[in-house]
Amino acid sequence: MVILNPTRRTIISSGGAALIVGASGLTTPALAQAIAPTPTMRGGANNYRAGAPVVDKIGNGGFWTTGTVRRAGDGAPLAGRRIQVWAHTTEGHERDEGSHGATLTDADGMFRIEMPQIVPAFGQPHGHLAYDADYNEDGFETVFLRALMASATDTSLQVEFVLRPV
Amino acid sequence: MNLRGALIWVALALAIAVPILAAAQSPLLQWRDPIYIIAGFSGIIGLALMLVQPLLISGVLRGVRTRRVHVWLGVGLLSAVIVHVVGLWITSPPDVVDALLFRSPTPFSVWGVMAMWAVFVAALLAAFRKRVGLRIWRVGHSTAVAVVITGTVVHAWLIQGAMETVTKGALCFMVFGAGVWVLRQRQAWRVLFNKKNAKQLL
Repeated sequence: MVILNPTRRTIISSGGAALIVGASGLTTPALAQAIAPTPTMRGGANNYRAGAPVVDKIGNGGFWTTGTVRRAGDGAPLAGRRIQVWAHTTEGHERDEGSHGATLTDADGMFRIEMPQIVPAFGQPHGHLAYDADYNEDGFETVFLRALMASATDTSLQVEFVLRPV
Repeated sequence: MNLRGALIWVALALAIAVPILAAAQSPLLQWRDPIYIIAGFSGIIGLALMLVQPLLISGVLRGVRTRRVHVWLGVGLLSAVIVHVVGLWITSPPDVVDALLFRSPTPFSVWGVMAMWAVFVAALLAAFRKRVGLRIWRVGHSTAVAVVITGTVVHAWLIQGAMETVTKGALCFMVFGAGVWVLRQRQAWRVLFNKKNAKQLL
């Protein structure tokens, strides 16, 4: 039979260890294989125009915004998802109607839309993308992104969406 | 005015004109509406005024009524800040609202908004300096100005905008250097520790 006769030192050290393990999140089950949903970014929805039409290309093109849309958890590609893209470009400000356009994902969950060259505005070269639940069926939560370009001279922007089922 | 005095004026004029002219050459301007360009240059002019302001107080600039000019350029700086914010707000309201509410995704916004409030504080103290008393006026204005300079320099440096990088860096460096130099020269904080000194400094 084991007789527990803890000293103050053992209580403090084991209690401290338990706190550290608990606080560090090591007790949560392994989620390595689950793909986490993309959170909406701060400022992502700025100058959004709900219901911007699906277009072949925005303006005169020359710049490519591409990406994938997948389901959170198993990462399955989502086809037919409507993604709106807008930015400050060589052809207009973010607020301008002509700066907005939408496209649909293909069977592999990939989307690709040509638009005018994005130029730095409000201090950073960036593009906006939206997955709006109001314009898509089968219930995934709305996500607004504000993707930064690594360099203002880039001629493309790659963005990943991982959607959380409602 | 002697030769040295004249050369200082020429150097100051160049220090301000070169970055502004460089920014005026920016390719970004061709894709911006006039109101956005005005807003941006208002910011650049505000930054440039922050180089003149401490020099007027330091005594290196001769030939003008420096205190009087400091007051008028202070009004100019206040106006530049207001035009900057209002112009940006017209260009993209949600981005400016985010900045003013300290929830903007851009790292420079918080510095700019902080500097804006500090400009307001510095100007208010100047307007009511006889009523708030010598100690609050001196320490308050100097503290506010220190926040204005730090906030503005970091704000400007982090922005990818119309300003050309080298001339922007040089102007930021001079604004910061002149500010630190004159704040140390004035030593406004002395009035906190020594009442006798405070009277002499008046």
